[in-house]
Amino acid sequence: MSLEIDGIGISFGGIKAVDDVSFTAKPGEVTSIIGPNGAGKTTLFNLVSGVYAASAGRVRIDGKDVTGLPAHALARRGMARTFQNLQVFPQMSALDNVMTGCHMQEKSNLLADLLGLGPARRETDRSRASAMAALERAGLAELAHRPASEMSYGQLKRLEIARALVTGCTILLLDEPAAGCNAVETREVDDLIHAIADEGKTVVLIEHDMRMVMRISSHIVVLDQGRKIAEGGPEDIRTDPHVIAAYLGAHGAAEAEAAAHA
Amino acid sequence: MAGQGTTTDVAPAGTGRREYSKSEGAGRRRIGPGLRTFLIFVALVALGALIFPSSYFYRVGTLVWINTLAVTGIVVLLGYVGLVSLGHAGFFAIGAYVTAIGPNYGIPSPLAMAGGVALAGLLALIVGRPILKLSGYYLAIATLGLGMLIWMVLSKEAWLTGGPDGMVVSGMNARNLFKMVGLSLKSAEAWYWVAGLVAAIGAAIAVNLAGSPSGRALRAIHDSDVAARSLGVDVAKAKSRAFVISAIYAAVAGALLALANGYITPDTGGFMHSVEMVTMAVLGGAASVYGALVGALILTALPQVLTVFADYEHMVLGGIMVLTMILMRRGLVPFIADLWNRRKS
Repeated sequence: MSLEIDGIGISFGGIKAVDDVSFTAKPGEVTSIIGPNGAGKTTLFNLVSGVYAASAGRVRIDGKDVTGLPAHALARRGMARTFQNLQVFPQMSALDNVMTGCHMQEKSNLLADLLGLGPARRETDRSRASAMAALERAGLAELAHRPASEMSYGQLKRLEIARALVTGCTILLLDEPAAGCNAVETREVDDLIHAIADEGKTVVLIEHDMRMVMRISSHIVVLDQGRKIAEGGPEDIRTDPHVIAAYLGAHGAAEAEAAAHA
Repeated sequence: MAGQGTTTDVAPAGTGRREYSKSEGAGRRRIGPGLRTFLIFVALVALGALIFPSSYFYRVGTLVWINTLAVTGIVVLLGYVGLVSLGHAGFFAIGAYVTAIGPNYGIPSPLAMAGGVALAGLLALIVGRPILKLSGYYLAIATLGLGMLIWMVLSKEAWLTGGPDGMVVSGMNARNLFKMVGLSLKSAEAWYWVAGLVAAIGAAIAVNLAGSPSGRALRAIHDSDVAARSLGVDVAKAKSRAFVISAIYAAVAGALLALANGYITPDTGGFMHSVEMVTMAVLGGAASVYGALVGALILTALPQVLTVFADYEHMVLGGIMVLTMILMRRGLVPFIADLWNRRKS
């Protein structure tokens, strides 16, 4: 499903953290949001996913207005996300973390859950199976029973992706999925995101790793100080003088260039 | 920042975690975690019955199980979801008083008991929605206020509740329950078994909940409110459910106390009783039903052993709370389990 952001904005104490940002993320594509620290990327995610209430603009999923819906209602419409500052459940095992992502598919009622009746156990068994499959996909199958509090930063980043995937989402917002990952892990995350988009999901990505962004994005939106300063394909963005001035700089442009020819 | 304040880190699921992960491997052939907990509790009830030398011990034992049941409700609320209530004695007292008042108006005890439990649950449902929007200290204060209100009604409405002097509870004797199945027990023994079995059922239900879809959602809220929402968990609804469930635990425990003691006073709904329940949970380890049992056992048995304790009850409760927080924040059961695991490995 396509995600349309139309003139969205929010102010904190008179400062416009996000100001009149519009773009459309299409199914089967990776749309990346880049920009310097403090540009409002994560705030934009929080607006889109219902964590903050937008003071201006609309969010639409396949043309349907979903502006102002609470986070759990957006999740029910197929939106899932990961978090820049990690929001895992540290006291649960990796498996339980991902199983929690199955919440919306679990058709059990409270009474069955309290009495340990058939439906509760069947749903739990089913969630366990799909959670294991997702952990496998994220390369974390061996850590399934490890408490999340004992996992590394990079592993937790992937744990969040696995948890978002099992929700059965059609729109996936990824906030710096490769942060804290080494080169090999980054490559794995890269492949995983590619595969997710190939399934026809709409992927929106915030990432600082320019090589990764240029490699997997179909469409890039550049933010600076809360405003959109450029938008287009990787080729356009790499050579856009505004983007180079505001964000990429000489080094970043070289990195992006290197990625293009890699 | 959103949601950071809603959860408290009073009680990370230490032993609880192991409990859940064990249950993961259990297929159809092995007994489920709920049933296993039930059987362990029943074995402990039986163990008490085997070693108790007098009715006095049975009476203390009955109190231990009643408190375990009430504290299991706190475990669901505080240990699973991370919400602090300082007003649960109010729900406890509603269960107790409705059970006591019913027979005076011709309502048989079992029906009055059910009514009391239903009333507590309903009140939790109605009051829960607005006050559960609060978090952390604010929620603690709001629940404290709720408990105070209930306590005041019980103390002032003497025509109904006997006022500060309390009231006699007439009606059921557990002995008759056992007579029906051909067992002849002394009254104290009969109440001990009833309280023990109900606590065992309560523990099994709490363990079932922890490993179920609803339970995972609750534990998710404990760790990250924002993430739980992003996975489609209706946080307000889940919190409300947990609040109602824990109120029902307290009310059932209150009803049992009224019947077993045959006498109740407004103190059952007092602030100190709420604090006592939370202290039991925190001392034992709020994340597991075994923590509830250990906390209830220690804080129920201790005043009996040290009669001097009675004069300094508030000080000792406060002291235990402070020491638990400093020395073993997750409570006694997880603390000992950790020591044990470290020794083994």
